[in-house]
Amino acid sequence: MTTTVQELARNPVQPVTDAPMKRHQGYRRRERIYQWLFLVPAVAYLALFFGYPVVKNVLMSFQDYSTSTFYTGEAPWVGFANYATVISSSLFSTAMINTALFTAGSIAGQFILGLGLAVFFKRRFPLNGILRSLLLLPWLLPLIVSSAVWRWILDKDGGALNNFLESLGIISTGIPWLTSTSLALAAVMAVNIWIGIPFNVTVLYGGLQDIPDELYEAASLDGATGWKAFRHVTWPMLRPVVSVVLVLGVVYTLKVLDIILGLTNGGPANSTQTIATQSYALSFQNFKFGEGAAMGNILVLISLVFAVLYLRANRRAVDE
Amino acid sequence: MKSALTRTKAAAFAVTALAGIPLALSGCGSSTAPGSGGPVTEISVVDYYNNEPDKSVIGDTLTACGTQSGVTIKRETVPGKSLIAKVLQQASSKTLPDVLMLDNPDLQQIAGTGALAPLSDFNISTEGYPEGILSAGTYKDQVYGLAPTVNTIALFYNKDVLAQAGITPPTTWEELKTAAAALTAGDQYGLAFNANATYEGTWQFLPFMWSNGGDEKNIATPESAEALQLWTDLVKSGSVSSSALNWTQADVNDQFIAGKAAMMVNGPWQIPVLDKQAALQYGVVNIPVKDAGQTPVGPLGGEVWTVPQTGNKEKQAKAAQVVACMNSDENQLAMAKARNTIPSKTKVAAQFAAENPKLASFADLVETARARTGQLGEEWPDQATKIYTAIQRALTDQASPADALKQAQEG
Repeated sequence: MTTTVQELARNPVQPVTDAPMKRHQGYRRRERIYQWLFLVPAVAYLALFFGYPVVKNVLMSFQDYSTSTFYTGEAPWVGFANYATVISSSLFSTAMINTALFTAGSIAGQFILGLGLAVFFKRRFPLNGILRSLLLLPWLLPLIVSSAVWRWILDKDGGALNNFLESLGIISTGIPWLTSTSLALAAVMAVNIWIGIPFNVTVLYGGLQDIPDELYEAASLDGATGWKAFRHVTWPMLRPVVSVVLVLGVVYTLKVLDIILGLTNGGPANSTQTIATQSYALSFQNFKFGEGAAMGNILVLISLVFAVLYLRANRRAVDE
Repeated sequence: MKSALTRTKAAAFAVTALAGIPLALSGCGSSTAPGSGGPVTEISVVDYYNNEPDKSVIGDTLTACGTQSGVTIKRETVPGKSLIAKVLQQASSKTLPDVLMLDNPDLQQIAGTGALAPLSDFNISTEGYPEGILSAGTYKDQVYGLAPTVNTIALFYNKDVLAQAGITPPTTWEELKTAAAALTAGDQYGLAFNANATYEGTWQFLPFMWSNGGDEKNIATPESAEALQLWTDLVKSGSVSSSALNWTQADVNDQFIAGKAAMMVNGPWQIPVLDKQAALQYGVVNIPVKDAGQTPVGPLGGEVWTVPQTGNKEKQAKAAQVVACMNSDENQLAMAKARNTIPSKTKVAAQFAAENPKLASFADLVETARARTGQLGEEWPDQATKIYTAIQRALTDQASPADALKQAQEG
């Protein structure tokens, strides 16, 4: 309303010939408002559910945020003290190394097995579809359930895995998969690989479907079959999908919490403690929400590096 | 002009929509504004007894206590693990319940926030309780919570297995080691306990540490090291499975029931499960002490009932009446019987022990039991973390017991 009045005031004398133009302008402005209105739900959603938590978490990491803050609302500013405390803690380097090992190991295992299975399922054979959907099973189970079952499978005394190995005569006494400091991280990694395979297979299989068959025909005429075809046709054509799978995989794996909590709770003797479990323990077991937030932000920063890599890889894929 | 009008309408709509979001959101939280006037007819209760039989036993007692005070009870039970998160969220939105149950080691943490009212405000008697139980509910010299019934841990043993091996229940550490070694054969370990990387692992270690004169304020002492040495020896000699590093107390109980452990460290809340096993004959004795004659000191378990600061004086007064009623002699006795726990008042506990010989050793232990937060208050979670870290490092051979405790203490 006001804008119209102002416009009228600015141009008191309206030439008659301008009328259609004016109507056109009004129409465009109205359209722009509608465009904004369509954006409002998305913007409001992002601000509420992504913007607010991120900002709050960053603020929290600079505050002495304790249980009493919830009641009194008082959280004194402490600058970088929370970051200094968590980084100088003796557990920080352990958690960093474990996070790196866990992520690298999980990604390598998931990707290699996932790619192998995807290539395998590309062939046509009976029961292909059923087997492929069965492969999704680990993805469909709640993580709490899978970790409870794996905890039982990997138990030293009555676990299914040790019973199986003993019945084959491979071992004579149970292997302490989850209670030995040298095996626990590998065991947790193996479970995480099992959970991650469906994601890798699904995405890589989709990528493989997009490679035109003519390429393989042309390659086979040139004598490239089997491994050579994979090396010179499949791999280069799959590259964009591979980069997406790897980067998303890293981001998903960095933040893994429930599996570790369910299997070992960070033990034995902190040998499966990661940045994520450490952040959880600080916030929700020791009630040091400021330090927990600082630890969480370090994890977010690490993820961010990979998220940027992902966006760049994606852009390059689009450019190509 | 028409277009301008529609535009304004659209803009007005957008503004209302945006402004409406926070309004709608804040609307969710402010349903129970503290107000006064009018008689109190209903009070709200939050607790974590969400499993039977506890759920009904506590629920029935609450309802009866409500009727006695002339109010109806609006009760909400949440899973144990999410109680603290719920309480903190309610504290920040000022929607705390009128009566709140807390696990005793969490009381000081919550009382420290100022969210609870001292029970002396309502003239609730704190007479007749042993010191350990009162100290669990005390923060800075004020009592904020009372536990109607309490528990601790002791040594359970399989009567048939011990009789067959000709072994009497151990009372000292030496006897425990010999008995556990002798009872380890084939699939069966001599003893099971929980040494996992949580507060539960710490809780199981406390009776060994405390009975030997160890102290949670400073764990780098020879007394604590001796206790940890005992655990390390038991695991290294194979009398206790190294799976103990990852067991919960429920797992320990499963091992005992399955015949994979001849003895276990556990609490009276397992008794209903154990009694369901027709073939299992078990006994309960005190946790062995280092030298004969030492007093066993167990950690005090159980939940305290508190009155949060809701700002509504009338409701708080009614809530206090309900808390007092929950702690009456009759209710303590009835709830203890139904839940296999021990009445907290010394006099009631003695009567209870006489009527329930199976729980008599727990009744003795509870009288001398110590509260985990008794000395450290809000600092307890830090120190509890250090204790389980040291246990895990010693049991996995990362450091000697003395070194593990020293390194954990220094952080």
